[in-house]
Amino acid sequence: MLQHTVQTCIHSDTQLKYLLQLADNALILSHRNSQWCGHGPILEQDIALTNIALDQLGQARNLYQYAALLLTEKTGITTTEDQLAYLRDTGEFKNCLLAELPNGDWGQTVMRNFLISSYQFFLYQELQYSNDGQLKAIADKSIKEITYHVRWSADWVVRLGDGTAESHARMVQALELLWAYTGEMLEPCDYELPFIAKQSSFIKAAWEAKIAAVLAEANLIHPTNDWMQSGGKKGIHTEHFGYLLAEMQFLQRAYPGLEW
Amino acid sequence: MRLYLQKNHYGDYGDGHAGGLEQDANQDQQKQWPLWEVFMRSKQGLDHKHAGSLHAADATMALENARDVYTRRNEGVSIWVVESKHIHASDPDAAAEFFEPANDKIYRHPSFYDLPDSLKHM
Repeated sequence: MLQHTVQTCIHSDTQLKYLLQLADNALILSHRNSQWCGHGPILEQDIALTNIALDQLGQARNLYQYAALLLTEKTGITTTEDQLAYLRDTGEFKNCLLAELPNGDWGQTVMRNFLISSYQFFLYQELQYSNDGQLKAIADKSIKEITYHVRWSADWVVRLGDGTAESHARMVQALELLWAYTGEMLEPCDYELPFIAKQSSFIKAAWEAKIAAVLAEANLIHPTNDWMQSGGKKGIHTEHFGYLLAEMQFLQRAYPGLEW
Repeated sequence: MRLYLQKNHYGDYGDGHAGGLEQDANQDQQKQWPLWEVFMRSKQGLDHKHAGSLHAADATMALENARDVYTRRNEGVSIWVVESKHIHASDPDAAAEFFEPANDKIYRHPSFYDLPDSLKHM
């Protein structure tokens, strides 16, 4: 557990909550993608997705390091990136539900990556103009990686959506399953508003245009249901999330402070 | 239906292409993506050098796979891929008549001439 003072500091600080939300999305998506390591459909794609998972882990680390630095300054208690990743419980994580859903098959995994990476692309483009120098630097560094993630995942969505009868059916299924979780990314919550209020409608429109273009190319019908699931940004997660954290955090929980 | 058990080591591409029965190889290839050869130019390099091979469904995927498999440590700034079946190789059994006649023709090397200093990359 994080020390009580540190927890309280996070609860009362919008900037920290905002940074942690960005970091949690990157970390949890990275963890899900890393679960494919050694299980990819072909060696080359196994490496491709593992590379992407490592990119996302790097982005998460930059953001956690920044948050940890701020926490250390504000509370006087030395806080590290590892503590933020490994010692918070489900209710304290702020990632979108979309990031934590199980991987499903390869189609579902690439569809999820496409939906999130496309959002991150337009979001980080805006963050490159942030007043916060550190956040701007992180966005500058991440945007090239994310550009490739969008390209890679969009290629796969088109390849499978416009592929065989079976691959098409699986992509239809994946899209149907994931769609209701996309709205949460696009609607800023209270602690995001001070940072992204002005840009959020542009990000949403750009994301929608990108998704519509790729789905059309992939021969997939754009979903029409607009009821959206949410909760992750507020710490209310799916039943899958506890299992994810149990696996991801096991080592630090069982052997506190362990290093290698 | 026949099942194949293959042991693949990291970086291997199975033995479907190495030989074996012609028929088996053909059956394999119907299910597998074609093999591509990858050539890369490093930042300092003047020419593309053979880096290795990989499987991909088409040229776009071959380029992306090459990027992911062969440039992870910043090895290259340019990639060429070509489907392996388009490469025609000299016959190793014909190496004697192909290459050995050049062995004793030392006068073909430009080492007997003085090269001007301004001439680079020789």
